[in-house]
Amino acid sequence: MSQLSSDWVADAQIAPPLPAVHGTSLLRRSLKLWRTRIGLALVGFIVLVAIIGPYLAPYGPNTPVGAPNSDPSSKAVLGTDYLGQDVLSRVLYGGRSILVMAVLATALALVAGVAIGLVAAYSRNALDDTLMRGMDVLMALPSILLALVAVAIVGPHAWVIVVAIALTTTPRIARVARGAAQPIVERDFIAASEAMGVPRWRILSGELLPNTLGPLMVEASLRLTYSIALIAALAYLGLSPNPNGANWGTMINQNQLVLAVQPWGAATPIIVIALLTLGTGLIGDGIARTAAGIDRARGEE
Amino acid sequence: MSRFRPTGVWGFILRRLLLGIVVLILVSILVFLATQALPGDPARAILGREANPASLAALRRQLHLDQPVFQQYLTWVTGLLHGNLGRSLEAQEPVSTLIGSKLVNSAVLVALAAVLSIPLSIAIGAWSAFKREKAFDQASSNLLLALAALPEFVVALVLVILFATTVFHVLPAISTVPPGSRPWNNWVALILPVLTLMIAVAPYVARIMRASMIEVLESDYVEMARLKGLPERTVLIRHALPNALGPVFQVIALNLAYLAGGIIVVEFVFNYSGIGGAITEAVVNHDLPVIQALAMLIAALYVVLNLLADVATILVTPKLRTRL
Repeated sequence: MSQLSSDWVADAQIAPPLPAVHGTSLLRRSLKLWRTRIGLALVGFIVLVAIIGPYLAPYGPNTPVGAPNSDPSSKAVLGTDYLGQDVLSRVLYGGRSILVMAVLATALALVAGVAIGLVAAYSRNALDDTLMRGMDVLMALPSILLALVAVAIVGPHAWVIVVAIALTTTPRIARVARGAAQPIVERDFIAASEAMGVPRWRILSGELLPNTLGPLMVEASLRLTYSIALIAALAYLGLSPNPNGANWGTMINQNQLVLAVQPWGAATPIIVIALLTLGTGLIGDGIARTAAGIDRARGEE
Repeated sequence: MSRFRPTGVWGFILRRLLLGIVVLILVSILVFLATQALPGDPARAILGREANPASLAALRRQLHLDQPVFQQYLTWVTGLLHGNLGRSLEAQEPVSTLIGSKLVNSAVLVALAAVLSIPLSIAIGAWSAFKREKAFDQASSNLLLALAALPEFVVALVLVILFATTVFHVLPAISTVPPGSRPWNNWVALILPVLTLMIAVAPYVARIMRASMIEVLESDYVEMARLKGLPERTVLIRHALPNALGPVFQVIALNLAYLAGGIIVVEFVFNYSGIGGAITEAVVNHDLPVIQALAMLIAALYVVLNLLADVATILVTPKLRTRL
């Protein structure tokens, strides 16, 4: 998976601009497509597993239940891992921390990115240039590299990972927010609000923000997936807040070497992450197709 | 810089080059500040709480921590520009000797992936556009969508499970390059990492190629070429393909830049001895000079490739050239 998909859509000449349709109506219309429905079902299922999994798990995440690397049996449905812990229980426990961190990081980036993007679009002067060049600098480091450097310096604490991922996500959201807000800034109703003396922050939050929600929703859903993948990748590299805790990325790392003996210890978390990212990919594609369809329909009007 | 606006193609390249240099300087400050000037004592962070004062002082001198911050930054940057990347704390060797052969290994990996996947994905994209909405197009766009969604460590491990450890046992699961050996000495071990990187890049190139080709195929000059009675093959290869490549160049360069980051995880999966694996190792060992050098190297590569992407796009898109 590349970090680029939405960046290059923003740059490419031929990509259709996302229309300023209200976020929820865009999502509702995209639900007519089967791919969006399948995507939502996949994501919903995995998120549900991550949230209620710990209550369903037959054992604790660190309880030894049998010999290391034993095959699936009635006692351990997916067998045991390299330490003799129950694979199924660890998978059921292992999603929550990733999901919480990814949601926090995306929310943080959404707040910062939207603020920066809207202020940049609205200012139309040197501040715009300065802010966006600053965002370019942040984007000059590959996300995983920025996260690695942050973790290397401060240590693999949960807040470090959240802030580092938010830092890599913010410039991408800021670009989308600015791009969506730019044409609206030129419209007459903004000038009218200015003339009536509406405070600047009310124009930003009351006039600009609602009109950029559609593209921002698509971007946020994409960025959430990337955050999940990045956090899982960091854990897989051995950089997670709790090195022995149940975490899908950590599990893959720990059980990769015994793949030939007991594949389920690594394969199950791989399948779970794959289904989750496939789900968000399908949703994003469904929304993008719907948006392009609305554009085309407008062009023909 | 807003007043300084040289025009024309060369002016544009000059402007982008200057911007690239500014970005690199800012990135170097970021990397430097993050790794060296953090609150607290890096020497103590590296050596631990129990370190004795003498070794702490020695390490501080080695890292130039006894100088003012600005002086430290200048020393570091001048060193970088002279090819002096610092000394690894872990290996007690200059960073340049440590990563020299790893750089070659990583370059081999990325080059192979690029050379194999770019023509393939251009062909897939062009053929999908030609067979728009037919079975091939639908199958390939769904497959590419799925491949684009998967994180590359997941792709890599699925390949390992399929071909190395569990389903078939035909390829090695790890691709270590022993010191003194070259990656191509054991080319079988290169197959899975290269395949992973190919899968990471192909969907994006194929998708943009398809979109671009569809636009070209609907254009008047392709219509004209067909009406002249040219065979469909000539229309496709001589008239449509070259004109559809413009937007693709940018995506290719962006994806190569992306590979600079992507190798970090892929090399770790296969235990491949490249700079991606080296930076992960340096992070685990708290080896600050290696992290700084590699972060700068990867960032520089990223900036240069992004620059090439912009320049290439301008050069192959006459419409944009005249608007400068």
